[in-house]
Amino acid sequence: MGFLTRQPWILTCRPCRGIDSGMASGNRPVLTVTGLKKSYRSAGEDIAVLRGVNLAVAAGESVALTGESGSGKSTLLHLIAGLDAADVGEIILDGVSLSELGDAGRAALRRDRLGLVFQQFNLIPSLTVADNLTFQSRIARRHDPKWQEELVERLGLARLLKRYPEQLSGGQQQRVAIGRALAPKPLLLLADEPTGNLDEDTADEVLALARDLVARTGCGFLLVTHSARLAATLDRQINLHAGVIA
Amino acid sequence: MRRALWTLTVLLSHWRRHPMQLATLLIGLIAATALWSGVQALNQQARTAYDRAAATFGGTRTAMLVSRDNTSFPQQLFVDLRRAGWPVSPVVEGRVQIGGRSYRLLGIEPVTLPGEVSTAPVIGRTDLQSFVAPPGEMLVAPETLADLGIKEGERPSSNDRVLLPPLRVQPQLVPGVLVVDIGIAQQILKTPDQISRLLIGKSSARRAPLESIAGDRLRLVEPNAETDLERLTDSFHLNLTAFGLLSFFVGLFIVNSAIGLAFEQRLPMLRTLRACGVSARMLNSVQVAELVSLALLAGLVGLVCGYFIAASLLPDVAASLRGLYGAQVPGQLSLKPEWWLAGIAISILGALAAAATSLAKAIRLPVLISAQPQAWQQAQRRWLMFQSAAALAAFAVAGGFLWFGDSLLSGFAVLAALMLGAALILPMVLEIALALGQRSAGRQVSVWFWADSRQQLSGLSLALMALLLALAVNVGVSTMVESFSRTFLVWLDGRLAADVYVNAADDAQATEIKAWLRGRSEVQAIMPGGRADAQLSGMPIEVLGLPDQATFRDNWPLLDSRSDGWDRLRGGDACFANEQLSRRLRLAIGDRIELPAPGGNWPLEIVGIYADYGNPKGQVAVNFAALTQHFPEVPQTRFGLRVAPQAVPALIAELQQRFGLNDRSVADQVTMKAESKRIFNRTFSVTSALNAFTLGVAGVALLTSLLTLANSRLPQLAPLWAIGLTRQRLARIELLKTMAVALITSLLALPLGLLVAWCLLAVVNVKAFGWRLPFQVFPLQLVELLGVALAAALLAALLPVIRLARMQPASLIRIFANER
Repeated sequence: MGFLTRQPWILTCRPCRGIDSGMASGNRPVLTVTGLKKSYRSAGEDIAVLRGVNLAVAAGESVALTGESGSGKSTLLHLIAGLDAADVGEIILDGVSLSELGDAGRAALRRDRLGLVFQQFNLIPSLTVADNLTFQSRIARRHDPKWQEELVERLGLARLLKRYPEQLSGGQQQRVAIGRALAPKPLLLLADEPTGNLDEDTADEVLALARDLVARTGCGFLLVTHSARLAATLDRQINLHAGVIA
Repeated sequence: MRRALWTLTVLLSHWRRHPMQLATLLIGLIAATALWSGVQALNQQARTAYDRAAATFGGTRTAMLVSRDNTSFPQQLFVDLRRAGWPVSPVVEGRVQIGGRSYRLLGIEPVTLPGEVSTAPVIGRTDLQSFVAPPGEMLVAPETLADLGIKEGERPSSNDRVLLPPLRVQPQLVPGVLVVDIGIAQQILKTPDQISRLLIGKSSARRAPLESIAGDRLRLVEPNAETDLERLTDSFHLNLTAFGLLSFFVGLFIVNSAIGLAFEQRLPMLRTLRACGVSARMLNSVQVAELVSLALLAGLVGLVCGYFIAASLLPDVAASLRGLYGAQVPGQLSLKPEWWLAGIAISILGALAAAATSLAKAIRLPVLISAQPQAWQQAQRRWLMFQSAAALAAFAVAGGFLWFGDSLLSGFAVLAALMLGAALILPMVLEIALALGQRSAGRQVSVWFWADSRQQLSGLSLALMALLLALAVNVGVSTMVESFSRTFLVWLDGRLAADVYVNAADDAQATEIKAWLRGRSEVQAIMPGGRADAQLSGMPIEVLGLPDQATFRDNWPLLDSRSDGWDRLRGGDACFANEQLSRRLRLAIGDRIELPAPGGNWPLEIVGIYADYGNPKGQVAVNFAALTQHFPEVPQTRFGLRVAPQAVPALIAELQQRFGLNDRSVADQVTMKAESKRIFNRTFSVTSALNAFTLGVAGVALLTSLLTLANSRLPQLAPLWAIGLTRQRLARIELLKTMAVALITSLLALPLGLLVAWCLLAVVNVKAFGWRLPFQVFPLQLVELLGVALAAALLAALLPVIRLARMQPASLIRIFANER
């Protein structure tokens, strides 16, 4: 309980509003997005990227978010991760409204409840694979050596633990990134084009591993991808078109 | 706390992967701290010595009573004042010659000595009986004991064969001072019942008015927070501090460059940390903590280095202070705890200042913008215009200080603003020069050469600024020293015109020697000399007696005089004034002064101004016969001889043998000049050492900038390698580029340095020392310094270039792989 009371976002917890977003029935929602709008100002004019997005992801559910370039997929993911703030609308993550959190609260939420995987891997170049894998779980105080061991084994990283990111292939780097994101056992894994820099075989392999581990942890999984083929391998597919869920 | 530690571990891991960057950062901080704290250690040591001098029985830190004409007064006044309730204590002061060297003799009365006269009670009241009862004791500083070359407890003899009391060491005493009981001092100085001053202790008792007891014979001198010595030596210490500050800033250039690059390279890491849930506040706090830890480490090492720098420079600084101001500074370094704390603090503050821009960027860091490894260089270009505007403002400030300022501090402000402006305008000047080069380039590789040099400029500009400043200071100071040196040698020829100088033990011996010399055929002339101390407008001055002889008329270094100056001097109612006295009191030819003399005021007209380099005091030169008439007590023990050159060695040998004179008492002109030149060179050896340090630090700044840039430049070089330029050719081009910008910078530093030299000669020296030297340019010296600067740049450029030439193709291929 001490740990919970130290988290600023716990204090803002409120009951989730049930919305019809195609969420798998039976499991509790880990993410609920309602009426989300976001626009950017560029060259003197406002460009609406998201025009009222509604979305929900349940625990254990994997959802693919597809759409053409510029449709707002990455923006939506950044808003959900608390990396950016929405203009209008509400994002409730594990019962907590993001709009009511400050920078420290959103950082704590990312640290303790989310796993993020990016197209550019974003590993810390000066840390070894082993240190990269454990970093987030350690600062979240959720380091579990057994789970860590299992992740290393399942991701096939056992022989690479002492290497640095620059000494790895793209596929290997992305496997480390997935391991780092899942090490603290998050409630929701957010992946932004994680296979965008990988060849088809490697992309299949990496995504299979991610699906497998998500199933193993029971967390929600929201994948942003261009690939309809990869999207088809997930539980549910959502298409974002012109800033709204099509 | 553990989260912060984990975050710190991640941040520190960057240095593990980039050890050269860490080394750069630490070297910068160590160099900055070492040079700054080294200079501060020297200043602190000197100030401690001044404090000791001031605390010696009635320095300027104690209130005292002195006679109106600054001569001694009857002891009866002391008795009268004590009876009237004045808590006074008598002091007798004079000079005594031991082994040919002059020492300051102080006679004190330990029973009445005020308790608050600093170290006095410790000295005066320990073993009172042995101090007062015959033969008494003579208290000396350890340095003086070493100087006298005899052991504690032994009794030295003065030059006039008076057996002095046994020596006892007192560490609190200032070197060069001998302290005895007042009765003994009166005997040695042959001033029975006379005292020099009365120290006043603190007392709340009622006392009669001074005038009712002493009439108008005595005046009260209030205690002064700053001693005369401190005022005199302020300029020297300001000069040292300016050098320390310059070196400190050059060091900070290195730190700023290293931190700027590290920050850009760590941007992706910082964003990843934020994405993983590290809050901005924690990240910023940890970054500051990391920087402070590194500064602490570097500060400690820097302090140790600073200690060794100070210890190695101290003998020369002590020699400079002794030569320039007659200040006695012990040659052994002893430092206070404040010095260590200040050193650590300056290291931390310096690191934070150098990292301020990077930290500000980190605090405002948006999580979502992707990393741009070269963004800082682009941002720097936006600052180019701003920097140039700031440079013009700095030049305007320099002009303002030059035009309106009239103090030593304003002289240094002109220098500081001038150098700041030059440093700020440098990137713009280089940008224009390189753009012109690019415009005139014909071949493709040449076009790339100039274009890439421009792109590289922002990363190198700080190091080039450091090079510009260091070289300009070197040129400025070297030109000043060379100008001084040449003027000094000409001046020395004028001042040391006699062939042999004799200093007899006393007047009787002097008469005996002169009588013997008159019978020697090889002696063409005997030129008597002497000097007395006096006060003019409250300022201590020397009165120098010059014989009316052709040698002096032909050689005396007059800067300006009336055509009949020497004839007027002979009349006894005119004098020459030295340059520093004429500047301090704004005296010109034709002005009249009233010189207090034992027989009453001596009116004199100034008929000439002469150069008197190296003398901190004001001085007037009068006819020798007139001097002895107005100051009958002046010792006539010193005189010069005109001797046929070939007869000099034999005459000196015979003088030594016949009259028991040692090397200090009789010397030829060549030896005197050599000794003077040695003292002169030693005076400026500290400046030369600091010059070399500063240029060395600038070289390191260039090296570290090039090393840190080397890796980030690979993406620019790899495509050229891929299209057919060999690594060796690329390395040669890189070397050429560095040398080109270093050459342009060095060429700009030359006129700047000459401007600095002019400023030092025409503004700073005049305010600091009271004399102005002619400004001269020494082309060969400039070429030499240019060569040294380019050699430093070449050394700095070689390592990264060699690494590039030897780089494995795999490293260059990886550039393309990473950019995939």
